[in-house]
Order: sequence, then structure tokens, then C-alpha cells
Amino acid sequence: MSADIALAVEGLQAWYGESHVLHGVDFHVRRGEVVTLLGRNGAGRTTVLRAILGLTGQRKGSVRIGGVEAIRRPTYRIAHLGVGYCPEERAIFSSLSAEENLLLPPRVSRSDAGMSIEAIYAMFPNLAERRHSPGTRLSGGEQQMLAVARILRTGARLLLLDEISEGLAPIIVQALARMIIALKEQGYTIVMVEQNFRFAAPLADRFYVVEHGRVVTEIGASELEEKTPMLNELLGV
Amino acid sequence: MILVFGIPLQVLLTQLLLGLVNGAFYAMLSLGLAIIFGLLNVINFAHGALFMMGAFAAWMGLEYLGISYWAMLVIAPLLIGLFGILIERTLLRWLYRLDHLYGLLLTFGITLILEGLFRAYYGVSGQPYAAPALLSGATNLGFMVLPNYRAWVVVASLVVCFATWYLIERTRMGSYLRAGTERPDMVEAFGVNMPRMVMLTYGFGVALAALAGVLAAPVMQITPLMGSNLIITVFAVVVIGGMGSIMGAILTGLLLGIIEGLTRVFYPELSATMVFIIMAVVLLLRPAGLFGREK
Repeated sequence: MSADIALAVEGLQAWYGESHVLHGVDFHVRRGEVVTLLGRNGAGRTTVLRAILGLTGQRKGSVRIGGVEAIRRPTYRIAHLGVGYCPEERAIFSSLSAEENLLLPPRVSRSDAGMSIEAIYAMFPNLAERRHSPGTRLSGGEQQMLAVARILRTGARLLLLDEISEGLAPIIVQALARMIIALKEQGYTIVMVEQNFRFAAPLADRFYVVEHGRVVTEIGASELEEKTPMLNELLGV
Repeated sequence: MILVFGIPLQVLLTQLLLGLVNGAFYAMLSLGLAIIFGLLNVINFAHGALFMMGAFAAWMGLEYLGISYWAMLVIAPLLIGLFGILIERTLLRWLYRLDHLYGLLLTFGITLILEGLFRAYYGVSGQPYAAPALLSGATNLGFMVLPNYRAWVVVASLVVCFATWYLIERTRMGSYLRAGTERPDMVEAFGVNMPRMVMLTYGFGVALAALAGVLAAPVMQITPLMGSNLIITVFAVVVIGGMGSIMGAILTGLLLGIIEGLTRVFYPELSATMVFIIMAVVLLLRPAGLFGREK
């Protein structure tokens, strides 16, 4: 079974300084699956992603990526297990051009070359046009595409995407949804944190609801309809 | 004789060159300070002391081991850069999460220790160091006499400054540094070994200071306090140029050296104060500095 699991998180606890944010998170993602973490603001979903990468303070528990324990690795060595991270605030660098932003993340996989620059520019023609502009001069949608595109280049097969549809025009959100479907077809494993349930609902295979720093329930895509009232209550929508 | 505003042209040009030489040192030192502050968030007060160690290394190399100026131009930055790495690994790295003030205090303490050690052994009187034979003497350009060594200092430091600029602004390694200055956590999340990069960056900034020290050895008095005298002006240069711009640090350094030199011609009493007057004006009009960005 473990060969099939891209990411296994068990009893993950994390702190920011003195404050205890995650109280034992358990979930797993199979290879090629799209999994969405749902929850209210402040429930700890972003922290789950950051804790997987070691970007929080102290952490405890177990994070196995492709079967390798990552909990005691320094952050820069976790990426080399084949993880790509797109943070909520996108973190496009203003002192780098769009293309430098795209080329910044080093390759993290020896076996997998990742997407070529040409393939990325074919997927996101806007980025090709604006390659010489400073990264933060791009529109919000372009910056979001850049933030995702730059981790596709590295050969990472496990993508952690935090709120990629947030604050974007509907047409761009649709383009991102098509991109997620295309990536899934190419066999990427994706963990999304999403506030926008309508965006995530048709894309994900499974959902985990995070509350007070714990996973409280798991919902498969097929049970989505019958569990929607319960979800609405949990998410407070 | 040609007069410019009642000053002989030759006097003017000589002071201009002296100003440019000082400006070259300001540029190299403020460049190192800007790179270190950008990535480490540490105001490296020890920069002056490390500059002094570069000059002393050149002198000691010749005095005790007979190592030439040219060899020390390479050896001193390497050795003192390694010493900087030792400081970073053992002391500085514990302070990155804290307020700037702690880094400033620590490096100030290091400065006092280093200067104190050199003072205990060599006193405060200057050690003489002759320019290498190849660059001694002067060239008569017709309109002025150009001391060869000073011309070399200006050219060498310009080359080093612009090579550094190129490395940071135009190469892949430089893009890590620029990105790391903005969001070190994200660069590390992408898989770049940031602790090692921080260490090498500090070592590089320190090596630049040491190189400036070797270049300065034949034109300045080599004393334990030579760095402290210079570093106060260099901090003013950094404030005027603004943190965060490599080209800004280089240009401001050169410009202020020249302004200082010209002030010496027209109103010598003000020459030591001029930089600080400019600093006050810049702080009033553009608090982030001429090339700095507001954060």
C-alpha cells in the first residue's frame, strides 16, 4: 500500500513560537489524487501545508513523502523529495523578472525533468509575453499562473497549492480549473487548500475538513451531494 | 594656467582623483554592507575592522613572510572571508530572528575586540606599506600628474564593484540572492540551501571589505583604527544610497567621494562634514535613500 501513497501525514503537530496551531493532523494522499483541505479561516489549513515543508516553528508527528520521513529534514531538503509549493500570497519576487521567477526554483527530481519552459509558455501564453517584466508588475491572474508554473518546471510531482483561486476573475478561475484537470491527467498529485468550494468541488477526489488544527472528517467526491448540508454547517457558509 | 572658479585646474583634478579614490573605498564597503544587510538583516558594524584586517594582512604578509602585494590581493580576502564565515557560523546565525539591534551590538563588540587586539600588538601609530614597484611613480598627463597607484585603486575597485553587480543582477546565483533578500523562507521551500547561502554571502561581503583593505594599504596609514574612521562615513553613504540597491550603493559611494574631494577644494573646513549634511538632507526628503525602496 505504501508505494501507492504520495503523502502520509500522521499526528502532525506544529507551533508558531509559543502558540500551538496544529494538534495532530492525520490524512493521506494517493499518487495521482487531487485532495482538498476545507475549513474556516484560521482552522489551520495553510499551516498544514507550511508544516509539511517545515516552514512553521517546532513540529512533531510524521510526514512521509513518497515513503521518506521528512519531519526532521531541513526545509531545503524537503523540496528535493519532489514537492512544489505555491503559497497563498503567491510570493512572486519583485526584484526578479517574470522569467527569472519562473527559473528560480531548482530542479528537485533527478528522474523527472519536469515541464520544459516551452511547454509552460504554451500552457500560459501570457507569461511568455511578459517574461521580461518585473514579477510583481504582472496582473493578479498572471502572478498566480507564474506561482504555479514555476513549480511545474522543477520535476516536483507533489504540488501543494494554497488558495490559488482567491481574488481572481471568474475567467481566470476557470482557466486554473482546466489547468488542475490537465495536471491530474499528467499524473501529478495535488493537495489544494481552498476557500472557494465551487472551484474545488468538481476537481477533487477527496476532501478533508480541518477544524481547530485537526482533520475532523473525510468526504469522498461521490458522497459530496449527500454531505453538503453537513459541510455547510462545518464551514459556516 | 587654466583656472576653474579661481582654482587651478590641476589642483581641482588632483582633489577630484583623491575624492574618487575615497569614493572607490566607500563603494566597495557600502556594497558589502548592503548585500549583508539584504540577506542577513545584520548591520555589520565589524565591516571597518575587517577592512583594517585586510590592510594589516597585506602588511604582515610582506613584513613577516615576504608575500607580495599581488599575492596578498588574493590571499587576504580569502583568509579574512573565511574568518567572516567563522563569525557567521559561531555568532551571527543565532541572531537572525531577532531585532537588527542585536546584530549591530554583536558586530560592534567584535569590532572593539579586533581593534583592541591589533592595538595591543601594534599600537596606534601607522605602519608604512609601499605601493608595488609596478605601480609606483606617476604619469604626467599634461594637464595633471596622475599617481599610478591611485589610478589602479580606482580602476580595480570599479571592476570589482561592477563584477559584483553583474553577479547579483544578471546570474542565476544572483537571482537566489535577490529572491532570498525578499522571501528567504520561500527560496528555501524551493529547495535552495539558504543557511549555506547566508554563510557564503557574509563571507563574500567580508572578503570585499578585506580586498578594499589591501587596496588601501599603500595609500592610507595602516593603523588598528583606520576602519573605524572610514566606516562612519560609509554608514552615512549607505543611508544616503538606501538599502537594497546594489547599483545605488556603488554610485552613491563614488559620488560622495567626489563631492567630498570637491568640498576640500572650495571650502576645506566643511569637507569632513559634507557627507553628513547630505545625509540629513536626504533623510528629510527621501527617508528610504536615493535608490532605496520603502518597505
